[in-house]
Amino acid sequence: MIKESHYSAADAIDCKTVMAGNYYLQEVKAGQVIRIVDSQGNQAADTLFYNARNIEERYSAADTIQMQGNVYLTAGSKLISSEQNVMLEIVADTCGRHDTVGGACSTESNTVRYALEKRCMHACRDSWMLAIAEHDHLGLSKRDISHNINFFMNVPITQDGKLTFEDGISAPGKYVEMKAHMDVLVLISNCPQLNNPCNAYNPTQVDVLIWDAA
Amino acid sequence: MQDKNTALYNYTLPAASHWSLNVKRGIQMTITSIEAGANLGMLFYNPGSLLERYNAPDTLKCQHTFKLTQGHCLYSDMGRIFCSITNDTAGWHDTLCGNSTAQLVNDRWGPRDYQNDRNTWHQNGYDSFLTELTKYGLGPRDMAANVNFFSKVTCDSEGNLSLDSSANTAGESITLRFEMDTLVIMHSCPHPLSQSGYYPSKPLQIELAAAPVITDLDECSNYCPENARGFANNQLYYLGEAAGSTHYPFPNTNHLALK
Repeated sequence: MIKESHYSAADAIDCKTVMAGNYYLQEVKAGQVIRIVDSQGNQAADTLFYNARNIEERYSAADTIQMQGNVYLTAGSKLISSEQNVMLEIVADTCGRHDTVGGACSTESNTVRYALEKRCMHACRDSWMLAIAEHDHLGLSKRDISHNINFFMNVPITQDGKLTFEDGISAPGKYVEMKAHMDVLVLISNCPQLNNPCNAYNPTQVDVLIWDAA
Repeated sequence: MQDKNTALYNYTLPAASHWSLNVKRGIQMTITSIEAGANLGMLFYNPGSLLERYNAPDTLKCQHTFKLTQGHCLYSDMGRIFCSITNDTAGWHDTLCGNSTAQLVNDRWGPRDYQNDRNTWHQNGYDSFLTELTKYGLGPRDMAANVNFFSKVTCDSEGNLSLDSSANTAGESITLRFEMDTLVIMHSCPHPLSQSGYYPSKPLQIELAAAPVITDLDECSNYCPENARGFANNQLYYLGEAAGSTHYPFPNTNHLALK
């Protein structure tokens, strides 16, 4: 569902550009709004959320899918935690559909998906490994790196049970915006994937903005 | 189908129950639904490195599938194959909808009351997994999206999910051939999308046997080039051990993987 935001970039309290292949790790307080902008189009923002006060509680794709009875995320979707609480709600979305089935790329899965020779190419899960290693005080470890959201990715499921990777339905400047229902840690890997036609083999930057509670 | 002569172990997993065991590579597990409407939740870990675990997204996207069935492999997050589905009469198994919880079961079918109901209590999938995981030093943070065997969940063009209970009949079976030593965690609690008018209390039969030797024509390793590469990753993991293995020669996947 396409829904425009009423927030102005000029009023944002924080604005960061995340280059492809880098990570973004930021706490967003309950009531604050976070927007991720697909600045140049067809980029994948692989995203995980944790309860900032208790990292054992985290975004759960299975609980989110189960509770909304639908695999796609868009405006109105509530992002559900592993303890069945609402972590965030998508309040605006100009893309219309986001994936939470396909997971994130890793060096190991690249060997399977593309070629054994691709083993050492940069991947989302490596960005996350570095992120949690560089923020040791948060207490996150590999066991917390779980099933994520791929904002701006289009992964349609067919009625006979196939999973397809389609050209993105996103475009330059499209965005998704979420209101936090609890204090959350936002961990994004701006996907470095060079082997997937979804991003036209050209990973690009995303911009992340935060607004205070209105 | 399973050759009865090769069975090494047989167990009827009661309804609303949980169990875990280490399964060696080269062993196959045949699971049979005794009654219609059964569900078997399952998770997989590497007992040698518990941080390596079943990864549903990798499993689905490596094989371009939303459902699991014969020919598919179940992948770890490290690019390796825990097990292959060498036989499946049901045709469609879910791996995205997760577990029933205490709250869900209570709201839909009434509380989990052991004192009054004893072995017919309304156990839930989440608590079942948690109980078994804790036996290995694992916990809620280690819970991943699980498989729900015998539960067919379809997706329409708008992404709406539905559990097709008509597909879930008695006597269906699926065989998992283990390609790695694997810690298997399982429960027989209801699927979270079950709309059954009563708590579905369904036991399952579990049989362990020695898997037949894998040939070059193996359906799972030849299912797609991705699976050939997954087998090649397993081969690397057990490098140096394969020659000494009497029960389980590796398939020759090099001709596939290097294409």
